[in-house]
Amino acid sequence: MLSSQKINLSKIAAKAITPLSFRTFASSAVARNVSINLHQGSFESYNCDAPSLEVNISKEELVRMYKSMVVMRRMEMASDGLYKAKLIRGFCHLCTGQEAVAVGMETALTAEDKIITAYRCHGFTYMRGGSITSILAELLGRKAGISGGKGGSMHMFTPNFYGGNGIVGAQVPLGAGISFAQKYLGNKAATFSLYGDGASNQGQVFEAYNMAKLWELPSVFVCENNRYGMGTAANRSSANTSYFKRGDYIPGLKVNGMDVLAVHQAVAYAKEWTVSGKGPLLLEMETYRYGGHSMSDPGTTYRTREEIQHMRSNNDPITGLKQRLLEFNVITEDEMKAIDKAARVEVDQAVEEAKASPEPDVDQLFTQIYQKEAGVKSLRGREPEETHYY
Amino acid sequence: MSMTFLRSPRLATSLSTASKNFVQQASVKHLHTSMKNQYAAPASPPPAEGFLPGVANSKLIKHTHHDALRNPELAGVANGETKKMNTFQAVNDAMGIALATDDTACVFGEDVAFGGVFRCTMGLSEMFGRDRVFNTPLSEQAIAGFGIGMAAMGSTAIAEIQFADYIFPAFDQLVNEAAKYRYRSGGEFNVGGLCIRTPCGAVGHGGHYHSQHPEAHFAHTPGLKVVVPRSPIQAKGLLLASIRDRNPVIFMEPKILYRAAVEMVPVGDYELPLGKAEILTQGKDLTIVGWGAQLYVLENAIQLAQKKMPGLSVELIDLRTILPWDVETVCNSVNKTGRLLIAHEAPKTQGFAAEIASTVMERCFLRLEAPIQRICSYDTPFPLVFEKFHVPDMIRCAEGIERAMKF
Ligand SMILES: Cc1ncc(C[n+]2csc(CCOP(=O)(O)OP(=O)(O)O)c2C)c(N)n1
Ligand SMILES: [Mg+2]
Repeated sequence: MLSSQKINLSKIAAKAITPLSFRTFASSAVARNVSINLHQGSFESYNCDAPSLEVNISKEELVRMYKSMVVMRRMEMASDGLYKAKLIRGFCHLCTGQEAVAVGMETALTAEDKIITAYRCHGFTYMRGGSITSILAELLGRKAGISGGKGGSMHMFTPNFYGGNGIVGAQVPLGAGISFAQKYLGNKAATFSLYGDGASNQGQVFEAYNMAKLWELPSVFVCENNRYGMGTAANRSSANTSYFKRGDYIPGLKVNGMDVLAVHQAVAYAKEWTVSGKGPLLLEMETYRYGGHSMSDPGTTYRTREEIQHMRSNNDPITGLKQRLLEFNVITEDEMKAIDKAARVEVDQAVEEAKASPEPDVDQLFTQIYQKEAGVKSLRGREPEETHYY
Repeated sequence: MSMTFLRSPRLATSLSTASKNFVQQASVKHLHTSMKNQYAAPASPPPAEGFLPGVANSKLIKHTHHDALRNPELAGVANGETKKMNTFQAVNDAMGIALATDDTACVFGEDVAFGGVFRCTMGLSEMFGRDRVFNTPLSEQAIAGFGIGMAAMGSTAIAEIQFADYIFPAFDQLVNEAAKYRYRSGGEFNVGGLCIRTPCGAVGHGGHYHSQHPEAHFAHTPGLKVVVPRSPIQAKGLLLASIRDRNPVIFMEPKILYRAAVEMVPVGDYELPLGKAEILTQGKDLTIVGWGAQLYVLENAIQLAQKKMPGLSVELIDLRTILPWDVETVCNSVNKTGRLLIAHEAPKTQGFAAEIASTVMERCFLRLEAPIQRICSYDTPFPLVFEKFHVPDMIRCAEGIERAMKF
């Protein structure tokens, strides 16, 4: 059975790398496309063929990838600063180092596709259309926040981004349900459910795998393996650290998650796979978080500084793409500097806007608990006069 | 749109000058201590467990050796030494003793071998070995189930759920397996050796998923015990009792108290009784029941109310065990005072105050002189920026006292 599947897969693999017609930014200027060869070790497959190592992509798209990653990193630096200035309270999980995952995914998807992830969600929110101001304002708990300032760090959503979730693993079966609805409604789109190497050990992840395969859902399970779940190294939490193989009956791909083009290629492949009716697929993005788990974790007690430094200087997704842009004459060094500068200005301005936004109105404490029309007329406060009426 | 829930700040302005000064002093002190204790290093983030001002100066805290040992419940260690400990250290000390005195005992949970998020298990894996103090994968349901299986073999399982907000994936195991094993096996098996520790409660900035105080969910389950300590001495004795109790116990540690105050904690092995409330101050006008960190809010609220109502005599009771709770102590007190106020951090509807109020109504109906006051959080998800409005703060509690007294 598996071998017959493999034969089908090779066709898909071949198809996935050609014109990428389903992309958001399908470029009209075909002449401006470049063809880039990925490194040999970019993919490892399980019960499926690996995508081609040759990426055809427009120069605009490459520049957009670069710009997005630079903005994302700036934005997280700003979050870091705001947290240390005690303006952001509560919990705050930065994605610095993991930018290629959110960016490479987005360039391979359309607005019809859905994404859901855990608390390390600032980058995805940005890629799925959230403005920098609305993200920073949410972190600050301000009115201009993307959830009206009600949730903070883990609670960010856009129309095709289902969050942002603080309960580790909880988002994965939700993703299966979202993809079922897509299939049921006849949408030609897929759902990407992200979770970490730590989260991959929650039982509900496996429950979701089973449903997705049983019902052949257009569900892509994406494990962001950044090697640690809080202070616990992957090999100390997981009996099998080949996360792409953990779907057993679901084929999988391991992807160099520090290379935005490899991510892009794998996600395009996964979308094609699921939307063409092949059922679910697993992707393991090998990535790395530069900072601690959250702001209260220095991130250096359970791993060496050398390890962090090594990843930063040899595998950085922004540096990697930068080299490619120069190598293929996509843009000049000066143009890149201008992008960097513009990103800083944009983020700085967003910081000021977010800081200027007031806290939400206090009556927001009582809203959005139930649907207004659902027949809940009031919420009880401490005494009869304190009952809040809708 | 009704803005009545803003009454608390308004009430503050209508308080007498004396109480206003009190409020001001309290907040100035807060600023002072918080700057000194927590924010010394400008680049360091605020502590994850938050900070509750004033606890260190609370009269409920036993600052000296003699003060600590005056407690008759500590008679067994009355001649022993005491040592300065914060709540997280007292919890650690209790687990150390449990491991040292019981070869079958193990401690496990997410990152506990490294000390855990709140440092409660610090040093234990070094002292007792990685085979007895170990990290688990991120799997709450299985952590609970694993502990249940271990306990069914007669071993002692001390499991940590990193935050009480994450206990819900384990809810089924606790409610359907742990609580019912003895009953449904006709006494063949039980999970008496299971104790689940979990940090709970508001910390000032925890938001939706790092703040909840879910005792009431478990108090609805016959077969479980639920315990909430208020201080280092209490935490050590109650935790040792919870670990050794022959029933599954959920031990909820108010995380804001982990570093809030030190007490002189007996270094010896002692247990404090489960199912037994403690009367913290004797009084004749009003009974107040609380548990955990809320007691310090209540202590301040009582002082505030006494400024306004000189001579007001309050009986403050720490319930300590939520399930099974000490009906006798509470009802005896209400029969004496005729008035009752209960305050807790969880939302009001179906909070544990409702159970207490109902039982007291049945038992003390003819003695009651005012409606029982429940001062709780509002019926909303735990908010981020609105925490200060959500929780039953000092002023709302003081207002409740006034309402009970002036009815
Ligand atoms: C149910 C639940 N258990 C525990 C936690 C606490 N917690 C938050 S993140 C985390 C580690 C998750 O690691 P991983 O899945 O690898 O994601 P990463 O942080 O590396 O992105 C833990 C234990 C939680 N939020 N929810
Ligand atoms: Mg991880």
